[in-house]
Amino acid sequence: MQALSSDTTTLQNVTTTERIPAVEGWFTTSEPYTLIGAKCTGCGTVVFPPRSGSCPSPDCDGTELEPTPLSRKGKVWSYTENHYAPPPPYVAAEPFEPYALAAVELEAEGIVILGQVATGVMAADLSIGQEVEVDLQVLYRDDEGVDHWIWTWAPSAPKGSA
Amino acid sequence: MATERDLVVLGAGMHPWGKWGKNFVDYGLVAAKAALADADVAWRDIEFVAGADTIRNGYPGFVAGSTFSQAMGWTGAQISSSYAACASGAQAMQSARAQILAGFADVAMVIGADTTPKGFFAPVGGERKEDPDWQRFHLLGATNPAFFALNARRRIDVFGDTVEDFALVKVKNSKAGVGNPNARFRKEFTLDDFAGSPIVSDPLRLLDICATSDGAAAVIICTPEYAMKKLGTLEGTVRIRAVANTTPTYPQVRLELPDIATDSNAVVQAPALGFKDSIAHNAYEQAGLGPEDVSCAEVYDLSTALELDWYENLGFCAEGEGARLVRDGVTALGGSKPVNASGGLASFGEAIPAQAIAQVCELTWQLQGRSDGHQVENAKVGLAINQGLFGHGKTPR
Repeated sequence: MQALSSDTTTLQNVTTTERIPAVEGWFTTSEPYTLIGAKCTGCGTVVFPPRSGSCPSPDCDGTELEPTPLSRKGKVWSYTENHYAPPPPYVAAEPFEPYALAAVELEAEGIVILGQVATGVMAADLSIGQEVEVDLQVLYRDDEGVDHWIWTWAPSAPKGSA
Repeated sequence: MATERDLVVLGAGMHPWGKWGKNFVDYGLVAAKAALADADVAWRDIEFVAGADTIRNGYPGFVAGSTFSQAMGWTGAQISSSYAACASGAQAMQSARAQILAGFADVAMVIGADTTPKGFFAPVGGERKEDPDWQRFHLLGATNPAFFALNARRRIDVFGDTVEDFALVKVKNSKAGVGNPNARFRKEFTLDDFAGSPIVSDPLRLLDICATSDGAAAVIICTPEYAMKKLGTLEGTVRIRAVANTTPTYPQVRLELPDIATDSNAVVQAPALGFKDSIAHNAYEQAGLGPEDVSCAEVYDLSTALELDWYENLGFCAEGEGARLVRDGVTALGGSKPVNASGGLASFGEAIPAQAIAQVCELTWQLQGRSDGHQVENAKVGLAINQGLFGHGKTPR
């Protein structure tokens, strides 16, 4: 990826510190990066974001769900590009740079999951049906200088994957 | 052809839509008094008050039924307060309708009003890490327009729609809205205006997305017997034949606000009817009517592209053919199936709890031939539809 200089510094940080996820338990923070769903121990139904207490299927009485890694790769179901900074609680960079969002279909799980697209990959670079995979990037840096990480959808075909 | 469950819309009233930042209760009072005057019913005679809630105006907004009752003067009436995001007004309508059909009341007021902040709708304040609405903003910056845009992009890439098709919806609705004194924006837009409109969430421009507005709407509904006593005849009265408040059926496989993911269809197969199709289906079934019977419809054009979806969900055309209807003028005033003759959300902007009730006001006036300046010729059956966050929907006739 044509890394922005700020990304490079962040990446250097990471070699020495643990990656703090912006949300607990939704994705792995070390390779291989995957999203983590919950799977009903009764009927095998999978749900994302992971949840507990009750299987989402109305026909299943299951109350036990266990974490399960989801497919790393999926196909773009749709995508967009935000041109205005979203309001809080989004922590927008200043100045705000447009970024893309993609809804991605995981075939095995039969789920479409929304995510930010890897920085630098814009709507014009995306198409429906395109293969993408889970990657991580910094969502925001908090007031104490701690980076909070989020999953992204990154094109599987190299777009300068160096 | 009346059915046993028909109710009568005795009166309708609105406070015009705008952006004044006044207390939402002030707007509600104007709408309430206008509806009572239109119905020629005294406030003391209202037996049930169904309020549609607003969540951005503090505690009074959470207990809207009570708030408006107190503002009008307590009468000991029965009340309810309903929240279902954009479908709040539809739920309030159903609440009043169910009370009347159950025999608990003969005449009821349904009312909603809102004062909205500027800019993007954001979740209510506070750090709520477990709240999907908070999560989608915090983790993804997935605003409402971003969700509308995902949908619009599907239309372009799957059905071959163009951004010009979307713009035509705004052109059509803005033209109708010019003739509506309750609309906030009474300016006709052209395709040329779109070139200069900034992209908000690609492929949607600012002009594709509805604004947020202040406004209020109220209707008085009653049993046919009550109307008969009042009017001496049921001739020319507007009937509510169906109201459907429908949840999705698991698995909901279409990505919808505010969810970050769909349900899984790996274990349980997706239902034959999609969520939005099922809302219309339920209403048609209740009413014993079909898409061919509808004279005019008010649909929730939160974005231009979404209006095209509704054409398909309502059965006005097959899936993927919505754009053809707007291109051919079928859904314009004067077309064979006018949609949003009021000007729609494109001309109103959304006043959340009031909007679904305003749709019913507009249909009432259309069916009575009282929509000067934007009247649908010979309107007999009207249909309104919208969708709330977290899967609520509705359709009265």
